[in-house]
Amino acid sequence: MAKTTPTNEHRALRIGVAGPVGTGKSSVIATLCRSLSDEFVIGVITNDIYTDEDARFLRSEGVLPAERIRAVETGACPHTAIRDDVTMNLIAIEDLERDFAPLDIVLVESGGDNLTATFSPALIDAQLFVLDVAGGGDVARKGGPGIGGADLLVINKVDLAEHVDVDVEQMVADAEKAREGRPVLAISRKRPATTSQLCDWVRELHRAYADGSHAPVDPGPMAPHFHATDDGGHVHSHEGGHTHHHHGHE
Amino acid sequence: MAQGQAALLLLADGRLPAGGYAHSGGLEPTVQAGRVSDATGLERFLVGRAETTGFVAAAFAAAACERAARDDTAALSALESELDARTPSPELRSVSRTLGRQLLRVMSTIHPHPHFAQLGTAPHQPVVMGVAAAALGLGPRDAALAILHESVAGPAAAAAKLMRIDPFDVHAALARATERLDRLAGDAADHAGAPASELPSRGAPLSDIAAEHHRSWNVRLFAS
Amino acid sequence: MYASSPREHSPHKHSPHEHSPREHEHMLRDQGARRPGAMSSRAVLTTEADARARSRVGVLRSQGALVLRPAHPKESEPLTHRRRGVARVMLAAGAAGPLGGDDYALDVHVGAGSTLVLTEASAMLVLPGPCGGRSHMRINVHVGEGGTFVWLPEPIIAARGCDHEHDVRVRLERGARLVMREETLLGRHREPPGDFRTTLRVTHDDAPLYHQQLCVGPQADGWRGAAVVGENGAVGSIIAVDPAWESGTPATSTFHSSAILAPLPGPGMVVSAVAPDSLQLRRRLSAGLDALGAPWAPRDAPLPEPEDHRDEVVSETEHTGAG
Repeated sequence: MAKTTPTNEHRALRIGVAGPVGTGKSSVIATLCRSLSDEFVIGVITNDIYTDEDARFLRSEGVLPAERIRAVETGACPHTAIRDDVTMNLIAIEDLERDFAPLDIVLVESGGDNLTATFSPALIDAQLFVLDVAGGGDVARKGGPGIGGADLLVINKVDLAEHVDVDVEQMVADAEKAREGRPVLAISRKRPATTSQLCDWVRELHRAYADGSHAPVDPGPMAPHFHATDDGGHVHSHEGGHTHHHHGHE
Repeated sequence: MAQGQAALLLLADGRLPAGGYAHSGGLEPTVQAGRVSDATGLERFLVGRAETTGFVAAAFAAAACERAARDDTAALSALESELDARTPSPELRSVSRTLGRQLLRVMSTIHPHPHFAQLGTAPHQPVVMGVAAAALGLGPRDAALAILHESVAGPAAAAAKLMRIDPFDVHAALARATERLDRLAGDAADHAGAPASELPSRGAPLSDIAAEHHRSWNVRLFAS
Repeated sequence: MYASSPREHSPHKHSPHEHSPREHEHMLRDQGARRPGAMSSRAVLTTEADARARSRVGVLRSQGALVLRPAHPKESEPLTHRRRGVARVMLAAGAAGPLGGDDYALDVHVGAGSTLVLTEASAMLVLPGPCGGRSHMRINVHVGEGGTFVWLPEPIIAARGCDHEHDVRVRLERGARLVMREETLLGRHREPPGDFRTTLRVTHDDAPLYHQQLCVGPQADGWRGAAVVGENGAVGSIIAVDPAWESGTPATSTFHSSAILAPLPGPGMVVSAVAPDSLQLRRRLSAGLDALGAPWAPRDAPLPEPEDHRDEVVSETEHTGAG
């Protein structure tokens, strides 16, 4: 195979965007593209459960040249495509990076799934997990690998909080507790100050990636046992630690 | 035969991260068109697939394995063009090359071998399967069996997502197909040494027709 | 082993199609046991272009069941519709069949720059022989540089109990054009077909363009499944090749739920269709040509006068059957 895979030093920063259905992943991506396209050359990969609807939404928003938005079909298994079998997405990212070199950032949108789906570091360098206030104030407290371990937790649509009886401050506090200090941003695309915080976070991440100080972190396996406790909860992983058995080739 | 059984299971396992889960082997458009609606129809679909495009893919995998085992990678390009000619649907040619590229990506990562670098950027899946089988020390019959297994196990796995069907009925059909797959793999391996132009060419017109219709849909569950 | 010269060392040398060794053995035995009176017919047809680029028939050799004769336009023709200076020949049956044990061969050579339209008088009914045995029909077509071959045969009907091997090879030189139709009816009205396998291989400039086999009948498995032909009674295709498509083929068209028009891996297009019966199959295939547009689409304009080209056909005939 002609190795077209860009080396790590030259390839784009790859950011995954995960989160349940309807929390506004596409809208977050549209916001990032709109706000950052003067500073960065951005490409987008979408993973839909059915067809390429997300890709079409983003193209219709006109935030990027349409050809820089590509869809990967995941055969009704969006969680598989970002974690256990990332080959399709990996190839799609590499193609995008090759066709539009040099790209600065590739955003990978997960097909909306459940609270437990997270990206593998084999696919992306960093990920944000998107919740919204309409999903209920206690979702953040309940945690899960994406909420607990994503590089950034976004609580979206905070402008709707009063309509759905959610205390945003409490929700953010719960999330911060569950995340043991990892960042949480409460945003609404109707409140520019909040989305500019999001953009700042991406700028900072890109700076760290470019100077080599960013290390990808795996938020953890898909379905750990979780106990919501008064102290914010702990994620008990049954991953078996980090012992790997290496077999020599006979 | 006992030699390499574990390697064969690795290669044939649908959980090998090569993106196979996104494909229904033509079952989605077939169900949508009303041509398969129950377990009996599914079984006949699977048998037809194994006997036609599955068998052709198996023969090409066997032939690729035979050539790779002789380090004759130059002979692989003739397999590519002959398999193209045996795949009238451009969509199915594209799917085969996408799956081949994904399998190549995985194999060259998990089990590097110099042959992988000589396959071009998007080789057909059966060709990659044959070369991968050879790289794992397997023979043409193994390569054929791995492809045949996938040709029925893929759509069978998709069936539960596409139809109202008892998953045990699906696997009962697969169990009944095992002898057939063994026989077809043997027949495919018999052709391994034949010139590319003389390899099997059994066609499946409805599969071609269904694949092109599927490509034209806006909303679908599977990539093919 | 055969890397330098595959054909010389291939164990499949005598089996140009895809028989397993076991099937091959069966074939040889079958040929040895040909029934008394089984018919072996070999016909040859060639065309050439004269100095004024008009096409004329060179060799027109009929034998036994294969009767070739000069013809008039039979239906509206793709590519050559109403064109003069075109050689038109019709294949007619000089005997029933093929029956089990019969062996037919037709060689067609369309000379460089010439144009041949080959039609057929009636459908070919493939029947079992009185003593069993397999029948064969082998058709070899070669179209020279810049030649055009328009081949519009009638359907082949695989009758109950038949055992037939149909093998068609079309070799196109660079710059050759082709439009050919193949239609198979799976049994006569409401009968299951016998064992029937048909293979079509088309190469263009020595590169494979289309190579498909269809196997039906009691000895074949799975063909009634929805991956292959399902419950349909008729299956067919049209192959069109045009050197102009070297730089890009027309787009795919899903013009019917049971038919497609699609680009081949080279300068060719295929119309592929299944249908309940021959009439609907013909309609779907024709609709595929319509989707391809001019000059492929059959037109309803009046056919040319027969006198227009009668004098262009010069033949060398060896008719043994009815003319």
